[in-house]
Amino acid sequence: MEGACMNEYSCFDMIGPVMVGPSSSHTAGAVRLGRFARAIAQELPQKVEFLLHGSFGETYKGHGTDLALLGGLLGMDTDDVRIRNSNQLAEESGLQYEFIATDLGEGYHANTARFVMTLADGSVKTVTGCSIGGGKVLITELDGFPVEIEGVYPTIVDTHLDQPGVIHKITGVLVNYQVNIAAMKVFRQERNSVAYMIIETDQDVPKQALFEIAAMEPVLEVKFVKPF
Amino acid sequence: MVIGSVEALIQLARECGGTIGQAMVKQEAAQQQIPEKDVLAQMEENWRVMKESIATGIQRPGRSKGGLIGGDGRKLYDYCHSDAELLAGANVMEAVSYALAVAEVNAAMGRIVACPTAGSCGIVPGVLKKIQELDHLTDGEIAMGLMTCAGFGIVIANRASVSGAVGGCQAECGAASAMAAAAAVELRGGTPEQAGEACAMVLKNVMGLVCDPVAGLVEVPCAKRNAMGASLAMVMADLALSGVTSVIPVDEVITAMGNVGRSLPETLRETARGGLATTPTGIALNKKIFG
Repeated sequence: MEGACMNEYSCFDMIGPVMVGPSSSHTAGAVRLGRFARAIAQELPQKVEFLLHGSFGETYKGHGTDLALLGGLLGMDTDDVRIRNSNQLAEESGLQYEFIATDLGEGYHANTARFVMTLADGSVKTVTGCSIGGGKVLITELDGFPVEIEGVYPTIVDTHLDQPGVIHKITGVLVNYQVNIAAMKVFRQERNSVAYMIIETDQDVPKQALFEIAAMEPVLEVKFVKPF
Repeated sequence: MVIGSVEALIQLARECGGTIGQAMVKQEAAQQQIPEKDVLAQMEENWRVMKESIATGIQRPGRSKGGLIGGDGRKLYDYCHSDAELLAGANVMEAVSYALAVAEVNAAMGRIVACPTAGSCGIVPGVLKKIQELDHLTDGEIAMGLMTCAGFGIVIANRASVSGAVGGCQAECGAASAMAAAAAVELRGGTPEQAGEACAMVLKNVMGLVCDPVAGLVEVPCAKRNAMGASLAMVMADLALSGVTSVIPVDEVITAMGNVGRSLPETLRETARGGLATTPTGIALNKKIFG
């Protein structure tokens, strides 16, 4: 929590969150990264490699960051006391996993984890995110695409072909379902290729709205992630 | 509403004709657009978790994740309930045993309420639990005390910091101790002004306290800093209730604390590159745990 500028804090920022210890950045934040990776995988992966960068790589054993990442991936919340046994629970559910301390390179926050997940159909999904303090996280890459997702709002993550009018069509669906957009960002690597769009909303997005977006021709994939 | 000074907290309490805790309930309800009773119910839920973590740490003490600590809360609790004559008195030492117990539960990956942080999570529950026992207060009344804590926490976060990486341990265990002292004053019938004095007198005594965790873990010296924070809160609450005031006004103390935090070298701000972390024993323990 930064103190340099004045903020409109909630009382529950000071007395909270309820969490399992020992560290809001190395444990609670790590659980949230795991929860996001699970939401992107939309299933428990067959196999996962956790690439741990910086302080995460150096101290993950002592802070239980490994157990926290696994717990999140298994769908546990930050206050779930089963987190301390999440390695056993992962093994029981058949998840193969490996923790690798590594250097992801310059420009990565000291508490960064990358999930390399192999799914049942053999496809591989990668999620990279960092724990920035006080349990807050930032997802910085999806399948190698640079993104910025905080997970504070309900979030739509869509990939579509980069064509004129796609964004208009997608946001039009949200208008029809009276979903208000809090923030929206579009990321792409080059023109006319695949673009990622992250839409943060004030309301939950109804399933039907997501179906309608997914059915659009240029849309490749749509995922909805509740605040995590 | 942005609350940036204890003066503002006292003004809010004056406007609603009550305590700082009561004023914060109104603030939070307005901010979240929910009824005041829902704010208190949510806070009461957090208090229940705090009590659970005290009970866990006392009844089923375990070793921490890094293996450096565990069982001291229970040890002190037993000592408090033996024939031993306590120098600091049973109230203070039982509060300290609770604070240690919660800090140990945190280090063992148990469930706690960050207050304001995980590293300082034992201080407020330790002090408030002892006051609840002493004065036979309801959980609802203690929840009101937690609202007082929150008000002071917000001011400290805004004028200084509540992060060890930014301001050292004074920002975590120091802030928690100041929050607990202010709540203790209001729970025992003191005025909002006296709560402010207690906050000031705590922070004056932790000014410059560094964050130097051995092996980077939230274990040594964190648990015992929670013991310090709980005892200091009770001493300064009594001092404020007796009518003693701080010569330096509380808001100036908090600003000074922020300035001191910023001038601490990075080695003493949670990086485990100074202080106790780099003593021969600290280095040896780090090697033992991480190879």
